[in-house]
Amino acid sequence: MILLLLAAGLAAVSGVPGLFRARGGLAAAWLMGLAALAGCAAAGLTLAGGGSGLALLRTPLGTQGFLRLDAVGAFFLVPVLLLPACGTIFARGYWDGHHESARRLRLLLGLTTACMVLLVAAAHALTFLLAWEGMAVGSFFLVAAEDREPGTLRAGWIYLATTHTGTLCLFAAFALAASGAGFLFTPLAPGFAATPRGSAMFLLFLAGFGMKAGVFPLHFWLPPAHAAAPSHVSSLMSGILIKMGILGLVRVLALVPDPPLWWGALLVALGALSGLLGVAFALAQHDLKRLLAYHSIENIGIILLGLGLGTLGKSAGHPELELLGFAGALLHVLNHSLFKGLLFLGAGSVGHATGTRNLERLGGLARTMPCTAAAFLAGSWAICGLPPLNGFVSEWLIYLAAFRGLAFAGSSWPLLALAALAAIGAMAAACFAKVFGVVFLGQPRSREAAAAVEAPRSMLAPMAVLAAACALIGLAPALAAPALARAAAQAAGLAGPADLGLAHLGMLTWIALPLLAGAGLLWAWAKGGAAPRTGLPTWDCGYTASGPRVQYTASSFADGLVSALRYVLWPRVRWRRILALFPSQRSYRSQVPDPVLDRVAEPGLDLAARGLGRLRFFQGGQLPLYLLYILATLVALLVWMVA
Amino acid sequence: MCETTLVRSLNILLHLLTALLLPPLIPGLINKVKALMAGRTGPPVLQLYHDLAKLARKRAVYSRTTTWVFLAGPVAVVAAGLVAALLVPFGHAPAPVHFQGDLILFAYLWGLARFATVLSALDTGSSFEGMGAAREVTFSVLAEPALFLGFAALAKVSGSLSLSGMLASPGFAISRATGPIILVLAGWGIVFLAENARIPVDDPNTHLELTMIHEVMLLDHSGRPLALALYGASLKLLVLGALLVGPLLPRAGHPWLDWAAFYGAIAALAAGVGLVESATARFRLNRVPQFLVAGLLATAFAFFLLQA
Repeated sequence: MILLLLAAGLAAVSGVPGLFRARGGLAAAWLMGLAALAGCAAAGLTLAGGGSGLALLRTPLGTQGFLRLDAVGAFFLVPVLLLPACGTIFARGYWDGHHESARRLRLLLGLTTACMVLLVAAAHALTFLLAWEGMAVGSFFLVAAEDREPGTLRAGWIYLATTHTGTLCLFAAFALAASGAGFLFTPLAPGFAATPRGSAMFLLFLAGFGMKAGVFPLHFWLPPAHAAAPSHVSSLMSGILIKMGILGLVRVLALVPDPPLWWGALLVALGALSGLLGVAFALAQHDLKRLLAYHSIENIGIILLGLGLGTLGKSAGHPELELLGFAGALLHVLNHSLFKGLLFLGAGSVGHATGTRNLERLGGLARTMPCTAAAFLAGSWAICGLPPLNGFVSEWLIYLAAFRGLAFAGSSWPLLALAALAAIGAMAAACFAKVFGVVFLGQPRSREAAAAVEAPRSMLAPMAVLAAACALIGLAPALAAPALARAAAQAAGLAGPADLGLAHLGMLTWIALPLLAGAGLLWAWAKGGAAPRTGLPTWDCGYTASGPRVQYTASSFADGLVSALRYVLWPRVRWRRILALFPSQRSYRSQVPDPVLDRVAEPGLDLAARGLGRLRFFQGGQLPLYLLYILATLVALLVWMVA
Repeated sequence: MCETTLVRSLNILLHLLTALLLPPLIPGLINKVKALMAGRTGPPVLQLYHDLAKLARKRAVYSRTTTWVFLAGPVAVVAAGLVAALLVPFGHAPAPVHFQGDLILFAYLWGLARFATVLSALDTGSSFEGMGAAREVTFSVLAEPALFLGFAALAKVSGSLSLSGMLASPGFAISRATGPIILVLAGWGIVFLAENARIPVDDPNTHLELTMIHEVMLLDHSGRPLALALYGASLKLLVLGALLVGPLLPRAGHPWLDWAAFYGAIAALAAGVGLVESATARFRLNRVPQFLVAGLLATAFAFFLLQA
């Protein structure tokens, strides 16, 4: 499709004018906006069933092309272009003014986006891996944009090492898949999935794609990278880059006609693990962006629950379950990219205004930054899955899949999915009540927070666009239903776009309307009546010297859940018990390190590096020595060949 | 045909009137039972109606810390509660709105109400309200899965994913799977007490801010917003109560007898809550999660019994 290549090309060159001109941000925003329009048109045409996806770049030998935009790809294409467009506009107010890295960042953001556009349309292992590597390397430079800051380069290196480990798994997995179907994305032979080779292929794909998606326990690169990157880059990474791992899994699952039951079970188990631990670790964070990063792990868990339920349906020959699971997962991919993109932009706006990401130093921003607060509230509302916003719609589909799954084959996996979803929902609401309450409500906890001013319009506009998209999908999900049914049917490998179970999406609109109308009427009633008295202090038991420091903090709000989960989270708490009657100054410090990165991966790799350091004497640095090695190898090969 | 349409529209009308007007009676009944058990006369059964009418005339007081979020809390509770009341059947007539999957919406509407209440409490910047809010969200993490596991068991029994199909299906629901449904109702009973902030989880009459959960989140509300918050709490008693008594109701066969059975069951539930409150003391806060885990286990066992 010409529109797709146009979108990729526009995105790729969006940073180029900025290399030569002073006002590069505006040009980049225009080019990226045009790219988004072209991409959305391509996606719209494909999802409407117009173009089935013209094969581009034909191979000299085969008949199939390297690039092909199908329904699943088109569904991913929309956020892949929408978020960079929003991010580029956001960057004009957020990043362009006072950073020399702005030029580099713009160029790389455009290139990374172009790679992702090619990735969603890749129809051959070669194009897929090329675009995958381009995306990975590009995003490494994006993460490391603020390379003068301590910790940023470290986060970047961890990311680079992890993503290459994942790519290595993918190379092996594609090689194994090639023995079943070749390098083109054509369905695997029936029965292949059940062979040991098929199992190895699935596990390698799961490791490679799971590492990118941030599936627990392969998530460890994600919190430091998201925290270190500039906020519009974090929104891009969390919103779409990690979704490329999900895209890969969807592609693989679509190629398998008969997945064994344990595939779906494993996906459900990993989804429940990621979801529960992601939100549990998020609850314990004090850094706004690290917290949002852990929520990405949680949402990847929810998406995996959907994929797992769909795969269980496929194994059991239950098309309704299959469709509901895949539809819920795909819609959650789109929804999560919208609201998480919005939340990261909101976090960037807060950081821009106050210079801190530490929750304990924020507060009361809803008075000074009302628009940012409203946008952030919309994002929080949506990510908690509360009606009538979009998060609810996709979680509703996954819940329905879990309920449908209860009926078949006596499998307990849907029940696990159901209980996990309910607990994740309640914990996510707890976490976002904490975030929104501590950052935007109450009184400012520091001088920086008290001095905050509202973000400029260029930063508010992208947030407004994303919030409106969240509201639109939430209020009128039936509009998205045909496209969703088509994409889900393709992901599930079903013949036609059946709309089993998606028909009730229209009911959600009919529920949302009385909810909003009722809220409006009640609001008017509550506002009416006798004139209110304002300007009085909050009830504080009659203390005269009560101040912002008396307020509940983020740590105290989360303490109930964090201490209940202490055997999972292992918080490091440092304080001394107060024993004297008139205690002197005391401090309390609590921190929850990442279980995999800080407790397993880094110590383990340190140990391995120390052990392997002994082998360094081979690398003597003398040319004769290396020549000797070559000679020895040649002789050994000669002996081996003769023998 | 004409007659069934008439009966159906009358049913819906009665449903709406019940949802709008009945709720403030339930706390009155509970308090009356408690007073009688303690040997006092107690306030009149209709006390909450008088309170609401008085609060509607009084002017509200807003702290200088608060924003519009403060008012959004009570408004969202009542709006979500009324919409949830449209989804749950009162007695044996199907609810005015029912579709496959409405039970998920039902649960999430209460989640919405909770989220808005908690934010409204945090908006005051008061540490008391922060405490109440933190406890509310902590306990909900256990209450929510218990509710859903109960739904899972009932979905398995009835084969329906709609509250009306589950609770208002023809026949005496409990006779079909007695053991599991009793377990579900035991679990949901615990959820009911916790969600409505009753003893032994929370004490609605406590006077110490440090130990409150739900009441403390309303400390700074006054006037019409307070009226909404109080009405919302009583609405939650009615709607979650309808969920709890649904599987227990015998089917009388006649619509008006069914309604009478429903009102009787709600009154009995209120009396039961009053008896529990008179007979037990409140748990220490760190014991509450254990109580809720008991509810969670009961509903999970109900499902596994059906599975076997």
